[in-house]
Amino acid sequence: MTEKRFLVYGGVAALLAVCPLFLNAYWTDVLNSIGLYAALGLSLNLIVGHAGLFNLGHAAFYAVGAYTAAILNTKFHIPILALMPLCGLTAGLFALLIARPIIHLRGDYLCIVTIGVGEIVRIALINNVFGITGGANGIFGIARPSLMGWVIRRPQEFFYLIWAFVALTVFLFHRLENSRFGRALNYLREDETAAEGSGIDTAHYKLMAFVLGAAWAGMVGNIYAAKMTIIAPESFSFWESVVMFTLIILGGSGSIPGVLLGAFLIVGLPEVFRGFTNARMMVFGAAMIAMMIFRTGGILPARPRRYELLKEEAAEEST
Amino acid sequence: MSLLSLRRVTKSFGGLTAVHSVSFEVDSGTIVGLIGPNGAGKTTVFNLITGIYRPDQGEILFNNTSLLRLPTHRIIALGIGRTFQTIRLFQNLTVLENVLAGCHCRMRCGAVSAMLGLARHRKEEKKAIEQAMNALAFVGLEKSALQQAKNLSYGNQRLLEVARALATEPKLLILDEPAGGMNEQETAALIDLIRKIQEQGVTVLLIEHDMNLVMRVCEKIVVLEYGSKIAEGSPPEIKANPRVIEAYLGTEED
Repeated sequence: MTEKRFLVYGGVAALLAVCPLFLNAYWTDVLNSIGLYAALGLSLNLIVGHAGLFNLGHAAFYAVGAYTAAILNTKFHIPILALMPLCGLTAGLFALLIARPIIHLRGDYLCIVTIGVGEIVRIALINNVFGITGGANGIFGIARPSLMGWVIRRPQEFFYLIWAFVALTVFLFHRLENSRFGRALNYLREDETAAEGSGIDTAHYKLMAFVLGAAWAGMVGNIYAAKMTIIAPESFSFWESVVMFTLIILGGSGSIPGVLLGAFLIVGLPEVFRGFTNARMMVFGAAMIAMMIFRTGGILPARPRRYELLKEEAAEEST
Repeated sequence: MSLLSLRRVTKSFGGLTAVHSVSFEVDSGTIVGLIGPNGAGKTTVFNLITGIYRPDQGEILFNNTSLLRLPTHRIIALGIGRTFQTIRLFQNLTVLENVLAGCHCRMRCGAVSAMLGLARHRKEEKKAIEQAMNALAFVGLEKSALQQAKNLSYGNQRLLEVARALATEPKLLILDEPAGGMNEQETAALIDLIRKIQEQGVTVLLIEHDMNLVMRVCEKIVVLEYGSKIAEGSPPEIKANPRVIEAYLGTEED
């Protein structure tokens, strides 16, 4: 079973890896967008899918990462990819600061507050807060990233950078899911009182879900800034948060393959059906409503974890 | 020696005094029952012990440590395991994962060691699964380990709550109506289980409406009515106590 999953992952990865050789720059760029949203979706999935905390302001953390990268790169000429850990750190710290006072709020209330946080960040960026965000025009002239002297410039090159990051994220988050930390997030999603009553520091884990999810979004922000070379507050609007949220729910909340598929559908399909102009959004919306009615766990819902030791014990029992 | 001691504990909700100046001791190694008519404040006492509510007045000591300022998860880590009156399992997770929740407070590895796949993490995980399986075997649910918790029968869900609480390695186990919804056979098995838990050196404090169970397993019984303690003593003493009989059956004028 796990071998089968390995084959599926390997097959999809191999197929993706050769895509830039056949696709033109436009379609490669669509795949790049999908990759960025996949990484963002995976980071938000920790908060929404695993911990069950409704966060509709994830774009704020994405923005903090992107602006950290842009400001430090344009002002101090630090190579942008070297700033990636710092972008994660600033976004994570920002999340810690923001989430601490609001984390005890339940469901819908938390959701509304996160929308507010997202808007505050966007408007603060437009208003050129501290005089360093460049206002509504944003920041331009971000240097091209380079890896060991090789400057990343074309979409085909960014493709490998972005998808390598997605692959790393999948690998690390898969391990995280199958750990004490991952389980703790699920417990508090299922029943917070029971989790606390079983000895889990629920306040701590809620906060850590936020911080880790935000830090990851901050690192994606770094890649986004490097790819665009210009960033502006528009890129971090409420709509971005909605897209990240929707792709998780559609693909499969708490499921890594689900989130990846969700990114392909939400970001990719509108491009495929571009010819149908306005009708595409209507069909798309109807499809989403149908999904939510008939398949509430998402297209690829989270599957129960597997535990190795049990196979041995089951074998012992049968003998 | 008393493991848990409540001293003049009072808790009000608005105008209602749910628990009024209640004091009692739970001696190490014993089984103590907390009984009383519906709404007497029994579950409130449990919630005060486990830090879900804070007492307005009074003191709660566990192993000579005050529990008053500690959050619930810290109280659990100190060695008090609990079950809930209305079953509170993680319904969509497996039986094994439910018990692993109890192991959580005895584990140390965090997110980073999990992501890096350190040997320390793998070893701890393996040990936790082993302990969880032992707890499941103890209550007789090891064969259902990979089922979703919601698919268990009502009685087995109660047992799973006990297994989860035992996985926290408690010194004191508090059970809130463990026989609620169980049939006669299941209750008989539960009595054996509670005695087995005591044999493991775990002190037990339980709320129960099934008087047969209470009289058979408890060494000491504390009776609450309208939030106040009206009696305390051994099962025969409680059975003969006129105030307890009145509380349960009503006075003759009624």
